[in-house]
Amino acid sequence: MQRAPADACWHWAEMVFWLAALAAFFVFPGYRVLGSQVLIVSLFALSLDIVLGFAGIVSLGHAAFFGVGAYTAGLLALHGWNEPFSGLVAGTALAALAGFAVSWLVVRGEDLARLMVTLGVGVLLYEAANRAAPITGGIDGLSGIAMGKVFGIYAFDLGGRTAYLYSLGVLFLVFVALRRVAASPFGLSLQGIRENPRRMPALGVAVRNRLVAAFTLGAAIAGLAGALLAQTTQFVGLDTLGFPRSAEVLIMLVLGGVGRLYGAIVGTAAFMIAQDTLAGIDPLYWQFWLGVALVAFVFFARGGILGAIDALRGSRRRP
Amino acid sequence: MIGVLFDGLAYGALLFLVSVGLSVTMGLMNFVNLAHGAFAMAGGYVCAVAMTRWGVPFLAALPLAFVATALLGAILERTLYRRLYGASQLDQVLFSIGLTFVAIAAATWAFGAGQQPVRLPGFLRGQWTVAGTDFGVYRAFLLATVALVSGALALMVARTRFGARLRAAVDDGIAARGLGIDVDRVFSVAFALGSGLAGLGGALGIEVLGLDASFPLKFMVYFLLVVVVGGAGSVKGPLVAALLLGVVDVAGKYYVPQAGAFGIYAAMVVLLVAFPHGLFGRRH
Repeated sequence: MQRAPADACWHWAEMVFWLAALAAFFVFPGYRVLGSQVLIVSLFALSLDIVLGFAGIVSLGHAAFFGVGAYTAGLLALHGWNEPFSGLVAGTALAALAGFAVSWLVVRGEDLARLMVTLGVGVLLYEAANRAAPITGGIDGLSGIAMGKVFGIYAFDLGGRTAYLYSLGVLFLVFVALRRVAASPFGLSLQGIRENPRRMPALGVAVRNRLVAAFTLGAAIAGLAGALLAQTTQFVGLDTLGFPRSAEVLIMLVLGGVGRLYGAIVGTAAFMIAQDTLAGIDPLYWQFWLGVALVAFVFFARGGILGAIDALRGSRRRP
Repeated sequence: MIGVLFDGLAYGALLFLVSVGLSVTMGLMNFVNLAHGAFAMAGGYVCAVAMTRWGVPFLAALPLAFVATALLGAILERTLYRRLYGASQLDQVLFSIGLTFVAIAAATWAFGAGQQPVRLPGFLRGQWTVAGTDFGVYRAFLLATVALVSGALALMVARTRFGARLRAAVDDGIAARGLGIDVDRVFSVAFALGSGLAGLGGALGIEVLGLDASFPLKFMVYFLLVVVVGGAGSVKGPLVAALLLGVVDVAGKYYVPQAGAFGIYAAMVVLLVAFPHGLFGRRH
């Protein structure tokens, strides 16, 4: 089964991983904009990992919370409040609130109903944002957002210099926190619920409350990622809320490996770099092969990239 | 008022035709098939190509769409779907999203991204005016066709040997297997039939829903909605749900155009929370 980094002790590969993320800033200065997007979407995928990988809830509308965060941060900045960190906090808080409200609907039903409620909430919010054009800009989105400087010193620039380091900083902090959460009794009880929802109540775990907490946490982090995207790109479009985004983040997470935190980041990076290369040739080509890859993936490569690496290492150890 | 009701019923009948196959897949095989709309789209393209390129008349193109999509469904069921019957919901979702992407990309590649123009035969165009209300001839044709098809379907389920096997398989697959019913075969036939009906619905729906390559995603929520609200695994549930949905959607767009599809989605979430097993669903 999937394993999350289990304890407070950091493996050397983890340190290399984060140093590589920092080094990429210096080694590929031309790709800082793409890099910052990868970091932000990684954060988004990470938030889905809490919901899907730990709590075991398949969500088809996770972009709803991403969008709530993005629109909150975007609207705040557009109406004059352009200090970045408080914008992030506001986006996170509102998304958490929305997630908390929705979570009660989600945990009520069984698998299929859950799937449909998350899907329904997603399309509902999309349609709401689409119709509330005077506030959200409708199909044109929110543009002309002017962000303040990070720490009052570093302005957002076109080269993505500030955006990359800002996103990396936020991602790293959240990751460290989630790593702790995953190893905490709370995180373990979530994995227990995922593995056996019938046995956990017998152990005295309040399943419903744990799921609500996990879903709310996931929504909050999704909102944080959305707010980050709004601030760094200084634009919020309707596509932040759409079903394609919910589906894509699901694909990225599964591609990397579900329930292991690093899978979210690895999968997002692989997906977005492939997309950047292939969609540049022909968007149609990309969509077709993505579909084929997904089907093949379900049949042959469960566990994702990290799962495949584990399998390789395991087979090497057992000669 | 009556005109809106009439249009809504015709729209709902169409939704039913497309979704009834999905109800079987989700009820029988417990399979969340997000790619069901792709079969409807395939039927639509078969119909459009047959009419515009080969000069087949509309009424002959409809059965062609049914047969072609049923065949496509049978092939995909045999090769891909059946391997995932016992798989986790996540696997099924990913697989069917992948299939949808492939279908959209293939359709765009083959036919372009634009709407497919289809010219209806003369006797299906125009309006009848009865007591000051306009009734579209095509909508009446649609209602009649769907009534005919659903009648045949209901008869088949209630009266034929295959129908009895199907009901047994839905009620209790394990017991049905024990009685010597080839449940796998029943599933295959039901899947092909459902795909064919979706294709027929897609062909009939070109005039009402439109047809372009984004069709499977655009209407995905509607098809799922019909099944989930109606309760998977039955014929009556989706029928009532589809008619209800059609009327509410058409009325909403007619009377409160600024709300768009908002009302229908809100209704969906409320219904899902109030009836997690659907209006006519059975609790297991």
